[in-house]
Amino acid sequence: MTSILRTYLARLLPQLIALAAILIAISMTFPGFLNLEIQNGRLYGSLIDILNRGAPVVLLAIGMTVVIATKGIDLSVGAVMAICGAVAASFITSGHSLLETLFVTIAVGILCGVWNGILVAVLDIQPIIATLVLMVAGRGIAQLVTEGAILTFNDPGLIFIGSGSFAGLPMPVVVWLVFGILVALLVRQSALGMLIEAIGVNRQASTLSGVLTPVLLIAAYMLSGLSAAIAGIIAAADIRGADANNAGLWLELDAILAVVVGGTSLLGGRFSIAASVLGAIIIQAINTGILLSGFPPEFNLIIKAAIIVFILVLQSPRFRTAFAFLAVPRRAAKTTEQEAK
Amino acid sequence: MKFAKALASATILAACTFGSASAADLVVGFSQIGSESGWRAAETTLTKQQAEQRGIDLKFADAQQKQENQIKAIRSFIAQGVNAILVAPVVATGWDEVLQEAKDAEIPVILLDRTVDASDDLYLTAVTSDLVHEGNVAGKWLADTVAGKPCNVVELQGTTGSSPAIDRKKGFEQALSGHDNLKIIRSQTGDFTRTKGKEVMESFLKAEGGGKNICALYAHNDDMAVGAIQAIKEAGLKPGTDILVVSIDAVPDIFQAMAAGEANATVELTPNMAGPAFDALAAYLKDKKAPGKWIQTESKLYTQADDPMKVYEEKKGLGY
Repeated sequence: MTSILRTYLARLLPQLIALAAILIAISMTFPGFLNLEIQNGRLYGSLIDILNRGAPVVLLAIGMTVVIATKGIDLSVGAVMAICGAVAASFITSGHSLLETLFVTIAVGILCGVWNGILVAVLDIQPIIATLVLMVAGRGIAQLVTEGAILTFNDPGLIFIGSGSFAGLPMPVVVWLVFGILVALLVRQSALGMLIEAIGVNRQASTLSGVLTPVLLIAAYMLSGLSAAIAGIIAAADIRGADANNAGLWLELDAILAVVVGGTSLLGGRFSIAASVLGAIIIQAINTGILLSGFPPEFNLIIKAAIIVFILVLQSPRFRTAFAFLAVPRRAAKTTEQEAK
Repeated sequence: MKFAKALASATILAACTFGSASAADLVVGFSQIGSESGWRAAETTLTKQQAEQRGIDLKFADAQQKQENQIKAIRSFIAQGVNAILVAPVVATGWDEVLQEAKDAEIPVILLDRTVDASDDLYLTAVTSDLVHEGNVAGKWLADTVAGKPCNVVELQGTTGSSPAIDRKKGFEQALSGHDNLKIIRSQTGDFTRTKGKEVMESFLKAEGGGKNICALYAHNDDMAVGAIQAIKEAGLKPGTDILVVSIDAVPDIFQAMAAGEANATVELTPNMAGPAFDALAAYLKDKKAPGKWIQTESKLYTQADDPMKVYEEKKGLGY
């Protein structure tokens, strides 16, 4: 057990260090940052804000990790978020129950995933092109559903998903924690994760050795569609309305970035859900930190880019070998070598 | 206004007498950008309404965000020999040639809501709002309302670098200068969206002692204000009372918030650009008197005293 924990920690160490460094840096510029208090029966503070605001990207990153592990990519998640938010809002306002709304919305998200999956697995279109179709068309579909306006709703159940709380934590945080653990268990307690990695490393070889490649590929995109649907519901519930023009806009890029910051290669193969979740939290910590810092908004993107570049450089194999050669004692260097093998 | 009404009723009367195919009817072409926002949809609805009220036969062309579609539409309007053309230009450049064609055909062109980089003798006039003035009206309302008491203001800016964000900030700051009691303590971009408005307001509240240091919020559009209002409520404060909320645009949802006492004031960016345009056109066609090159629309201030629910009902059907 401890050895499993240790390998886990070793895998997540760079992300944990990056996150800790960012949190420390923010708390130095803004002293009250680490304060947590209980207000109205829920935890309240900037740290909770990071977990809460990061929810959509965390969810998208969970699905994106699995897709990227198959050597694919899903550019459509932002648009699928917009579609699902629009569907949820229009269903709840037309008088359907919360359960029906959630069911239909999630079904729509999975359907979007099936569409992407069929384009990639059956028609053999390159993932970046295949999902680009829905990325462009999806926002149009969402606008059709909302008829171009922001569709607002007042259903307390749906609003609860966006801004309610459970066991002191905001609902979005509870949702992504549960979803992340379920997906991680599903892929790691069965052979699924290994099979997905096999497809990512060499699709033809895994097909030849009996892996049901098309089914698994479609399933991966379905999972991505599902996570986008949940993210879409949360984003809409948060503002009590579906904003087809802006919901999930550019979030596909943040999700991909989260996976990359989490250390999963875009070339497919080995992946870690926990690392991607940490990656998403790192991105949100940067965002929240910038907002708290009080810099003029013109600097937002520059600061974010600089920090991201710094993290990526720290992770690059070249830098690591150079760093290990210069500074780390031999024993530690050996372990990294073994790890690399 | 009286004249416009008289003209409108006269035209309607004429339309009734001569039937819809009467040659006396004005035919006006309208090239709209598209329907990318609720405001734009409302502008389209109101233009059609205004044309109908005046008995004008409106030929509508949706350009779907493409300049080449607008140029095509204008050329087809010229070919059809319309009496005038309204254009809401999607970009500022590249209009000289097609405007010259309209001028050669002696068809007056009126620009709506945006202007172009072309010599101003190529068009009759431009009907737009003054973004700086909008910010100014909002700032003046705040200065009058707090009346000398010290007040810390937080500002939710529009998309960084966009002209509404720059000008609405400038106008607001102009109105605040000379009022030393009013201080902008934090200013961040909320990208004109509800989600970002809420997220940024949350961080403002955390950064300013749970919101105790904040006396007023100024948002560059209503959507960000609506998001921020939710953040204020979730932080356990009363928007509209603990923190004054003033924003710009006057979309229907902000009137609901004002009716609930959660927002205090909004400055209207009127979607009725066609009304003044048709008035100017009628005057021009009647006695060839050209209007000035710029007709500024009214930036009307709405507060809780203006029966927000009634305005909400009026605006709801416009397609926002």
